[in-house]
Amino acid sequence: MAVLDLRRKLAILSDAAKYDASCASSGAEKRTSVGGQGMGSTEGMGICHAYAPDGRCISLLKILLTNFCIYDCAYCINRVSSNTPRARFSVKEVVDLTLNFYKRNYIEGLFLSSGVIRTGDYTMEEMVRVAKSLRLDHDFRGYIHLKLIPEASPELAAEAGLYADRVSINIELPRDDSLAALAPEKSPTDIKRAMGRMRLAIDDHAEPARRAGRRSFARSQSTQLIVGADAAKDGDILARSANLYGAYRLGRVYYSAFSPIPDASHRLPLARPPLLREHRLYQADWLMRFYGFTRPEIVAEGEDLDLSVDPKTGWALKNRASFPVDVQTADKETLLRVPGLGAKAVERILAARKVTRLTLDDLKRVGAVLKRARAFVVTADWTPGALADRDSLRAALVQPQQLSLF
Amino acid sequence: MRVARLASEIDFTSWRAAARTLRAEGVAPQAVVWTVERELFDLAPPSPTPAPASAHFTVPAAFVELAEQVILHRAPDRLALLYRILWRLEREPRLIDNPADPDMARARDMAKAVSRASHKMKAFVRFRLIEGAVGSRSAETYAAWFEPAHRVTEATAPFFVRRFTNLDWTILTPDACVAWDRERLTVSEGADPADAPSEDAQEELWRTYYASIFNPARLNPRQMRQEMPKRYWRNLPEAALIPDLIETAQERAAAMVAARPSKPPERKLKAALRHARDASYDGSLPTSLDDVAAGVEVCRRCDLWRDATQGVPGEGAPKAALMFVGEQPGDQEDLAGRPFVGPAGQMFDRALAEAGVPRDRTFVTNAVKHFKHEPRGKRRLHRTPDRGEVTACRWWLDAERRLVKPRVIVMLGATAALGVMGKPTPIGANRGKALQLSGQARGVVTYHPAFLLRVPDEEARARAYAEFVQDLRLAGELAGV
Repeated sequence: MAVLDLRRKLAILSDAAKYDASCASSGAEKRTSVGGQGMGSTEGMGICHAYAPDGRCISLLKILLTNFCIYDCAYCINRVSSNTPRARFSVKEVVDLTLNFYKRNYIEGLFLSSGVIRTGDYTMEEMVRVAKSLRLDHDFRGYIHLKLIPEASPELAAEAGLYADRVSINIELPRDDSLAALAPEKSPTDIKRAMGRMRLAIDDHAEPARRAGRRSFARSQSTQLIVGADAAKDGDILARSANLYGAYRLGRVYYSAFSPIPDASHRLPLARPPLLREHRLYQADWLMRFYGFTRPEIVAEGEDLDLSVDPKTGWALKNRASFPVDVQTADKETLLRVPGLGAKAVERILAARKVTRLTLDDLKRVGAVLKRARAFVVTADWTPGALADRDSLRAALVQPQQLSLF
Repeated sequence: MRVARLASEIDFTSWRAAARTLRAEGVAPQAVVWTVERELFDLAPPSPTPAPASAHFTVPAAFVELAEQVILHRAPDRLALLYRILWRLEREPRLIDNPADPDMARARDMAKAVSRASHKMKAFVRFRLIEGAVGSRSAETYAAWFEPAHRVTEATAPFFVRRFTNLDWTILTPDACVAWDRERLTVSEGADPADAPSEDAQEELWRTYYASIFNPARLNPRQMRQEMPKRYWRNLPEAALIPDLIETAQERAAAMVAARPSKPPERKLKAALRHARDASYDGSLPTSLDDVAAGVEVCRRCDLWRDATQGVPGEGAPKAALMFVGEQPGDQEDLAGRPFVGPAGQMFDRALAEAGVPRDRTFVTNAVKHFKHEPRGKRRLHRTPDRGEVTACRWWLDAERRLVKPRVIVMLGATAALGVMGKPTPIGANRGKALQLSGQARGVVTYHPAFLLRVPDEEARARAYAEFVQDLRLAGELAGV
């Protein structure tokens, strides 16, 4: 009977956690269980132990401590007014589940979130107790991610940082006014302030302090923005991301296409989640973080991304004058802006061209996507010539079949 | 035709010895047949003939690294490919640096497949508990059956040692078995799936988790198969659920879309009322510094609140005779919610100490209460507030002046001067003297400490700093602190 109870709770409290897009277990400090009493390791790179039929990876035991909640955020399945079945784990149950799953190599660690019960502090305290027990009682050296309750006291957030590898606070809605409308009890200022404090704490524990032998501390924080629950445009969403990366040094901003939820509030669009839009936002985000693009180059505020082409190709089509690029001589920044050339392909091009004059076949072998790249590059055996005609080029590069990604 | 024999499929040492000999003897790649002796039980392990003296050539370390990976690949032609690259390296020493070369590209693809197989082994091994295993010193012993895509078992075992140092475990595969007893790692012959335990009580819970964390509204089996190829499914306890989850997904998603909300959100309305925030402070003048702090918090008189973390009100002695006004909070001030705590604040503290003015007997604030900036990569670049923003924020600065009633106000920089005087006031022409302000207060204008940090020439910087300290001292004397 006891097993059945636990199973039922697990079903409810992992079902409730599935709307959180974050699952990463990367970016922790490197640890092993050598010399310890317990188990666990992190090697910097995360490991995905399974994939669900939604294509998303399962790396962590992602659950809620409880899905009871005093708040009433319209987009959330756990809001107080929803008729979803409720459950609550004890601290020990979460600790045991984590350890048992970890020993069998099902997971990299724990991702613990929670509905807010009684007060922010009470809830945060319970979550910290789980992490503390794993670390101190069981010498667990795997990955731990804790969701912070924004209105919990700064001391509790700091304590969470002592046991977690990453912490996060979800902003959920890209615009402050939609937060006020759909989640009236959440305060954007509380969220930003908590993120600001956490960044100061993470900075304070950064490398020099670590070397001086101070206790390890969470390495980064992340957040999630829901896409498609309010009227925010992609340009607004990316502007918000750029601001979050700059202000709080977030490790990641996750975009989560708003999914229909059981017993949804009538104020939300009950439609299929805009997965392609989510995908384009990740691509644009990537361009800002790793390819030297600024947000205004990708999309203006108040406008949406073009769903029919990836944002880099979209930018190249609007900037035909910057092409073609000679792969033999162009600098790295320029190569990174060529559609079809990823960061890895660019690294390889830079290495190979010291040894050889690159051909189209060479480009293919270093991992370039020729379908997209060929109109924009000059190689030893190729110039795009008439392909430069803008309208026909666009038609050749759009991928209408992608619209059926769902 | 020469025949080169290896002791096992992954025996890099004997491949290396044989390759060295062959190359030293000038045997071309097309004249070598590579074989593995493993099946020929009656033969002694091959002892490659010692390499002749001329065999002392060098190869780039990167090649050895690559070859150690490639040899774990299951493709039969991997040994010949490696020898061909080795052979070509003599005439084309830079071959190793050319990722676009066909041989190099193929070797790299093999190494990548091997590394992926190793990664998938780390991911997809599923241990099962053997309770009270015979001969084990611990209560819990774990064993797993796994079928790696390439011969990565030995190479991946150290990962499991680092992760499960304090557990006893065995991983059985068709190629080789590895066992850890909390002290030593032993490698033995390949095994049969029947040798591994067939179930574990936790698997039922794991399957429950797997089925529940899946969102049917996002069904994307193609993506799943890309990352979790079907060849691994047989040994993954959760994989048995996949067909049913896929089949029922559309129906479950459609049901959610079709379902109507079940009850009117009564409590919600109450909560909204309870938490309604009144953002309008314009109607009434703040009557305390706490009022100012609360008002700054919700101020929407200009747009700077949108991208800032929080409003940063002034702080210090509530009845200070000396008030300092800076430009606006910076990156650190914005995060901490307090004025002058970043690099400029530290410079300011140092200068105050030199001028003999105790900060805790002063009041420190800014002309603009929210941080104005623009994102640039992972940083925020400071931007100077414009006249409209300074004017909008005078509401709060004036309130602070009225409540603190300082005898002297020090304006740190041009923006501060604009905020206090209400008009542009050049610093160079006005610093070093006491200005008359409205009310009874006197004013002193001087540099902003952040400006001192940016003066490039060291001598000029020292001079400006000395003038800054001098201005602070003057202000301190005027205020009598």
